[in-house]
Amino acid sequence: MIDRRLISNFDWALLGITLFFSIIGIINLYSASYSFSAGRTPVYIKQIYYILVGLIGIVIILQIDYKNLERYAYWIYAFSVLLLIAVLLVGKTGGGAKRWIGIMGFTYQPSELMKLTLILALAKYFYNRNKVGGYYLRDLILPFMMVGVPSLLIMKQPDLGTALILLSIFGSIILFVGVRLPSLLIAGSSLIAGVPILWHFMKDYQKMRLMTFLNPEADPLGSGYHIIQSKIAVGSGKIFGRGLLSGTQSQLQFLPEHHTDFIFSVLAEEWGFIGSMIVIMGFLFLVLWGVSIAKECKDRFGTILSFGVIAMISWHFLINIGMVVGLMPVVGVPLPFFSYGGSFIMTILIGIGLLLNIRMRRFG
Amino acid sequence: MNMEVYSREGVAGATTRLFTFSAIVVVGTIILLSRLWYLQILNGDDYRQKSENNRVRIRPILAARGMILDRFGKVMVDNRPAFDVFLLREDAGNLKEAIKNVSGVIKTRPEDIETSLRRESPIRPVRIKRDIDRETLATLLTNRLDLPGITVSIEPKRSYPYGNLGSHLFGHIGEVTEKQLSIGSYTDYRMGSLIGKSGLELKYETYLKGVDGGKYVEIDASGRELSILKEVDSYPGNNLVTTIDLELQKAAEEAFKDKAGAVVAMDPRNGEVLAMISSPAFNPDMFSGPLDSEEWNLLINNPLKPLQNRAIQGQYPPGSTYKTIVAAAALEEGVITKDMAFQCNGSYRFGNRNYRCWKSDGHGSVSLHRAIVESCDTYFYQVGLKLGIDKIAEYSRKFGLGQPTGIELSDEKSGIVPDRAWKQKRFGTPWFEGETLSCAIGQGFNLVTPIQLLTAYAALTNGGDVYQPHLAKAIVGPDGKVLRTLLPEARKKLILSPETVELLKAGLQGVVNEPGGTARSARLDDIKVGGKTGTTQVVAMRADQRVKGEDLTYWFRDHAWFASFAPVEDPRIALVVFIEHSGYSGGHAAAPVAGKILKSFFDLEKQRKNGVQAEDNPAPLPAPIPLSDTPVHEAL
Repeated sequence: MIDRRLISNFDWALLGITLFFSIIGIINLYSASYSFSAGRTPVYIKQIYYILVGLIGIVIILQIDYKNLERYAYWIYAFSVLLLIAVLLVGKTGGGAKRWIGIMGFTYQPSELMKLTLILALAKYFYNRNKVGGYYLRDLILPFMMVGVPSLLIMKQPDLGTALILLSIFGSIILFVGVRLPSLLIAGSSLIAGVPILWHFMKDYQKMRLMTFLNPEADPLGSGYHIIQSKIAVGSGKIFGRGLLSGTQSQLQFLPEHHTDFIFSVLAEEWGFIGSMIVIMGFLFLVLWGVSIAKECKDRFGTILSFGVIAMISWHFLINIGMVVGLMPVVGVPLPFFSYGGSFIMTILIGIGLLLNIRMRRFG
Repeated sequence: MNMEVYSREGVAGATTRLFTFSAIVVVGTIILLSRLWYLQILNGDDYRQKSENNRVRIRPILAARGMILDRFGKVMVDNRPAFDVFLLREDAGNLKEAIKNVSGVIKTRPEDIETSLRRESPIRPVRIKRDIDRETLATLLTNRLDLPGITVSIEPKRSYPYGNLGSHLFGHIGEVTEKQLSIGSYTDYRMGSLIGKSGLELKYETYLKGVDGGKYVEIDASGRELSILKEVDSYPGNNLVTTIDLELQKAAEEAFKDKAGAVVAMDPRNGEVLAMISSPAFNPDMFSGPLDSEEWNLLINNPLKPLQNRAIQGQYPPGSTYKTIVAAAALEEGVITKDMAFQCNGSYRFGNRNYRCWKSDGHGSVSLHRAIVESCDTYFYQVGLKLGIDKIAEYSRKFGLGQPTGIELSDEKSGIVPDRAWKQKRFGTPWFEGETLSCAIGQGFNLVTPIQLLTAYAALTNGGDVYQPHLAKAIVGPDGKVLRTLLPEARKKLILSPETVELLKAGLQGVVNEPGGTARSARLDDIKVGGKTGTTQVVAMRADQRVKGEDLTYWFRDHAWFASFAPVEDPRIALVVFIEHSGYSGGHAAAPVAGKILKSFFDLEKQRKNGVQAEDNPAPLPAPIPLSDTPVHEAL
């Protein structure tokens, strides 16, 4: 069992903000799904179950010293890649993409697991080869493959958003562990050269969305619809918002996907600038708190791991809200704690569990 | 010097980098907050106003599907306006009462209306009935004051003016399935969109399907439409000009009447299909509206399988029509000569079994020409034995049997060309020579589809081009501009010596024109027809099959074939007539039908040349229904 010292080191503040976010996330989801509760279990109820499962996951994760994860990191990584291959072979389809697999009556989205296991694998890799003065390009070949293989598999589903998150996590981690400037320049320019390849892998609807981002008014009936409607929803919230269940944009279903990727527009419409600001500041607090965990951790593996989790949460937060307010193309990145989706909320909660774990054992 | 120092300590420079990272996130947060400030505070009033007015709905404008035309531009498949009834909950007032009132008028059960309503959101008009007739429309209009929330829309509906005619050719359309929608390539379709399901409707779906338009319709708080803000016109689909000759198709149908079977006519010079009938047929119209389950059950439970396109999916033993191919193989392989004679005493003894000739008295001493003309089985038993099954199979394949012809219709069957290897694979047993005898007269394991037999006979007459029979001549835009011309394609070249071809053609001509020929009923006065009859015994083959007592007579009757071409010197038409379970021989049942169709063909040809039939001049394409002009939802 966990000894007393670990409990006294427990990070109650991080758990507190997690629960706070989870609760307002559920309330917001309740409002978002209010108008179409036709028979089936409402999504907010399902989300409560997912969060409860995620919290149990946190309790389990806390029992294991995170340092033990290092030993199994590559195995867990390989398992996730196999799941991604399984998705392409026997996956379930929904909304035009093949992203899920069915396990014992549940559907799970393995690309969500991939986010965490990529962080684990990279942390192990850079933990094992610590190079003073920064890494050379040749040190990065394996990490590039670690991110490249799952990204291509995920892009094939197709799921541009998740692939983009994997790449951002990867970029953040290699910049964090340090790469020599010339190597960095070469890696950077080859990434840019890879853009046409990425374009090639993209589906028409994804290309369309990127083009639409540049000029949404050009196609107001088609791809531009999301962005225009989302901006109207956010803007109409004004300072104090229209109140719970009173956002016409979301209640009247002008906004597609408003319980998943566009959930923030519901919040902004109903709670206004004040509500949005509180949530955004909450995210900033969470990120800075996480950064302090990484800073305090004396162990290289733990530092990289905690940083990776923080980077993952940060990019989700920045890209998703950026997309909802029309600063970013619509790429399908969900908002932690707010967007509906079991696999996703569990990934975030397990990530929080890792942070709690690292924090708790910072003196070990 | 390249010093690589590894350490397991913390991350060098972590503090600085973590600070940089934090700074990036802080900057990102500030940008997001500024943007929110801009949207919610600086422009908040504007957006609030927009959201108040944002009672904008997208209404699709369905595109008219392209027409299917015959080779002279006559419309065979078209669209007509259909009226659908919608109910908008918000406008209905007392919903229960509204449903009750309207259900009487449109003759739909209130429960069914409630089911449709449950599927859609309350602020969208829900389709509660498709395609009402004019009378119902009139009733709705007269009672409009008692029916709040009810609207009627006009949408194009597929129509098949000739009913069952050519139904297997055109195929049918139906609502796109959820499965199709879930894969990426159906992005242009929505729930409830209609899509080609079979036949040409399926094959040329991408051309026939138009581009749906849509409009931004402003509605007031209760969902009533106030104005159209923006409109994207629908664009009708392209028209498909087929190789079919509508008049010939009609004539073939007329000649074939209500027998079961198939007729296919083709221009042997280029593989263009002129007419194709599979009988019994169905009316494709029943699929373009709401599908009546009773009608559907009748259709799929009909033992005669009206949905099957017998011309390409029916596989039957070719019977004596096959003898032409056996003769070609024998001549080419040199196992017989034109004058080599065999004795026919009414049967042929092989092994310990008697193989009968259809003529029990026997044909006496027969050589090639008379063996074809009088279809002597005994002759072909012996020729078959000399050739061996593998040679017969080799030539059959050269004639295109045993493989799909590649016509543009889905689910074509490939038939069976048996040989030693096939039998070993299929049954795990070696070939028995006795089986060669049955195969040589087309009664063994061999199976052909009518279209295969047709392409084989066409190849015999056209210098050896085994065509991929084709149905689409051109794709024409709604404005009449030709977008794509589809050219015939020869799948393979059948090489026969000119002598062989001459001998066979002479024989086939004799079948129709000489005394003793089996198809004298297909003779025409002024045009020389060549062809070969076939009568396929079903009893021997199907003796093991269990069939209900009262059907036995029908199901065990013989099939009748006639494969033909005309004029013999330079054929412009090749024709196969197949009558399932006709109970009569090919000469008695199939040949007269073929004769009538061939006569119609040449009569039509003559009329067209003389310009008697004025309507045969390629008419300009009729304009599509101007749907974009009509308001989609006309409030009653």
